[in-house]
Amino acid sequence: MAEEKKVARKKIEATVQMNRYMSDYFYELNEADKSRSRKIAWCTSVGPAEILRAMGFLIHFPENHGAMLGATRMATDMIPVANASGYSPEICSYLTADVGAYMKGITPLSRAYPGIDRVPRPDVLVYNTNQCRDVQDWFAWYAAEFKVPLLGIHTHRGVKDVGDDHVASIASQMKALIPPLEAISGNKFDIDKLNHVLALSKECSGLWKKVLDTASAKPSPLTFFDGTIHMGPAVVLRGTQTAVDYYKQLLAELETRIHDRVAAVEPERFRLYWDGMPMWGRLRDHSELFSRAGVNVLASTYCNSWIFSAFDPEDPFNSMARAYTELFIVRADDAKEDYIRRMIEFFKVDGIIYHDAKTCPNNSNCRYGMPQRLEALTGIPSLTINGDLNDLRLVSDEQTKTNVEAFIEQLEER
Amino acid sequence: MNASQSVYAGIDVGASRTKAIIIDADRQIIGRAVIKSGTDFEEASCRCLDQALDMAGLTVAYITNAMSTGYGRNNVAIARDSKTEISCHARGCFHYFSHAISIIDIGGQDNKIIKLDASGKRLSFKMNRKCAAGTGAFLEEMSLRLDIPLEKLDGLARQSQSMVELGSFCTVFSATEVLEKIRQGKNVSDIVKGLFHSVIKRVMEMDSLTEQVVMTGGVVAHNDYLVQMTSEMIERPVLVPEYPQLTGALGAALFAMEYSDK
Ligand code: SF4
Repeated sequence: MAEEKKVARKKIEATVQMNRYMSDYFYELNEADKSRSRKIAWCTSVGPAEILRAMGFLIHFPENHGAMLGATRMATDMIPVANASGYSPEICSYLTADVGAYMKGITPLSRAYPGIDRVPRPDVLVYNTNQCRDVQDWFAWYAAEFKVPLLGIHTHRGVKDVGDDHVASIASQMKALIPPLEAISGNKFDIDKLNHVLALSKECSGLWKKVLDTASAKPSPLTFFDGTIHMGPAVVLRGTQTAVDYYKQLLAELETRIHDRVAAVEPERFRLYWDGMPMWGRLRDHSELFSRAGVNVLASTYCNSWIFSAFDPEDPFNSMARAYTELFIVRADDAKEDYIRRMIEFFKVDGIIYHDAKTCPNNSNCRYGMPQRLEALTGIPSLTINGDLNDLRLVSDEQTKTNVEAFIEQLEER
Repeated sequence: MNASQSVYAGIDVGASRTKAIIIDADRQIIGRAVIKSGTDFEEASCRCLDQALDMAGLTVAYITNAMSTGYGRNNVAIARDSKTEISCHARGCFHYFSHAISIIDIGGQDNKIIKLDASGKRLSFKMNRKCAAGTGAFLEEMSLRLDIPLEKLDGLARQSQSMVELGSFCTVFSATEVLEKIRQGKNVSDIVKGLFHSVIKRVMEMDSLTEQVVMTGGVVAHNDYLVQMTSEMIERPVLVPEYPQLTGALGAALFAMEYSDK
């Protein structure tokens, strides 16, 4: 009988340390929530976290919580609760899973971290629409629920080239956050603190980029699936020394792998690029699906989203405005296309997988002819798989498996 | 046949039907069978293979190598290797039409468009299995709603004088649309032709087609008016292999032959 062999991707030793840092982060938030000893802000994942940190807030990231609901496969039971209260199954399933879980009084944090029984209560919610409009509606729901202020930055979207006018507009919106944040935190804004946090964020971002860039080595020491896990500190701890320390450790381990020619997937027959969100509830299955065929999905647009090259502590507001607008998700399709083309070359990939996530059009880049245009331009073939980041009702495992296997057979024929 | 001669088997376990083909060393089909897949794929694959072997006048001991494909490809005890139905359909079609082709496969539960270059290498493929639109499942559902046996649809569609167009993507919406057309007193044969038209439109929305088009699959095998309609829609002839329902199994058998020395 045609048998399926199991090949696990190679474990990263630094994971143990990352888990410790992440645990400390969640317990610190939990303690602050219970004792009300520190103010807590909720922030979007590519929102102005540096400003909040510089003003003394501890930060909770609802998208991180949404991804945890997805990865623990709790999301699919939570989403219908939000659907029933008027939040469509067609909108962001981070939003619906997170709000649904809150309505049910459930959090995956309790499973992972004994003693934590709820998400930390916010004193303020701060969003940036640079990624999508859903975050605004999502945060608005909690602002009404907790009766706390809702602040936001409204970013230009579909930007081709980031110009000075874009930067000026965002920088002034960022500055406008300061007075209300001073009132909420009780702390006076201190530019030196912001510069310090931004310097740490910049260092974190640079190290995270180097970590991801190790995947350009042949064989690659890293997979996209590792990236989705190890990006945790770049999201929730950027602007802290902890994140910097962590990525130094991780980078050293990966550089040793490159030196010793240790492959994350052995043998590495083909190298693929992933565009779009991960399917959080299927990370392990997808990792095994590819690795047992000797295929390393080694780089992604998604993990690269937490690289903020423009940060400059000498010019904090303008550089933050630029960095948060230069992000892939904010850009026009021609800028996106150019970006993926450069990634294909840099990571030396044989093919691209586009994940068309039903509830996140913002991260699904295959809907306006990009796969066809890029294939015509580069000759690199692609496969689009339908699914979702969190809502497993929208995922067909059998369809994914057959499509992926057929795509690998196509690569073998070349 | 003497036992020293080599024969190869291809077994395509589809979600709806299981197909088996036996070929000899000259790539000639000497046995074939189609049965319902049911719920026990392993049993169905054995039974289907036995029927194909019966037709060839052989027993399982004669098989040099076997390859499985299709939805239940990992449930075929005799197959040492498996390949996806995409590769096998492509291989089976290229056996008949050895030039650059676009294959439209319409099966019971899914449909595909596969493009091959002049050497038979796959350029791209699209598969729809998330929705009944454009598949045999859509026609089955509609035959129930209209209370017309599935096998009568082809004949009825041919009688149509003035096709009724159906606009909806969704099978449930289409069913409502059909009821509305009946209420309006539309002719059943015109509605059935509209259903066929809808199947073809859904498939053609999946991808563009190259010059030479081949159609395969169980739905095509049992409704050859679909081929005529497609040909009229794309304004060029459509090629159909000898056994359109069995191209996946044939491709698997051809791969079994190629892989027998590996
Ligand atoms: S970008 Fe997508 S996944 Fe992220 S919050 Fe917006 S809709 Fe949700």
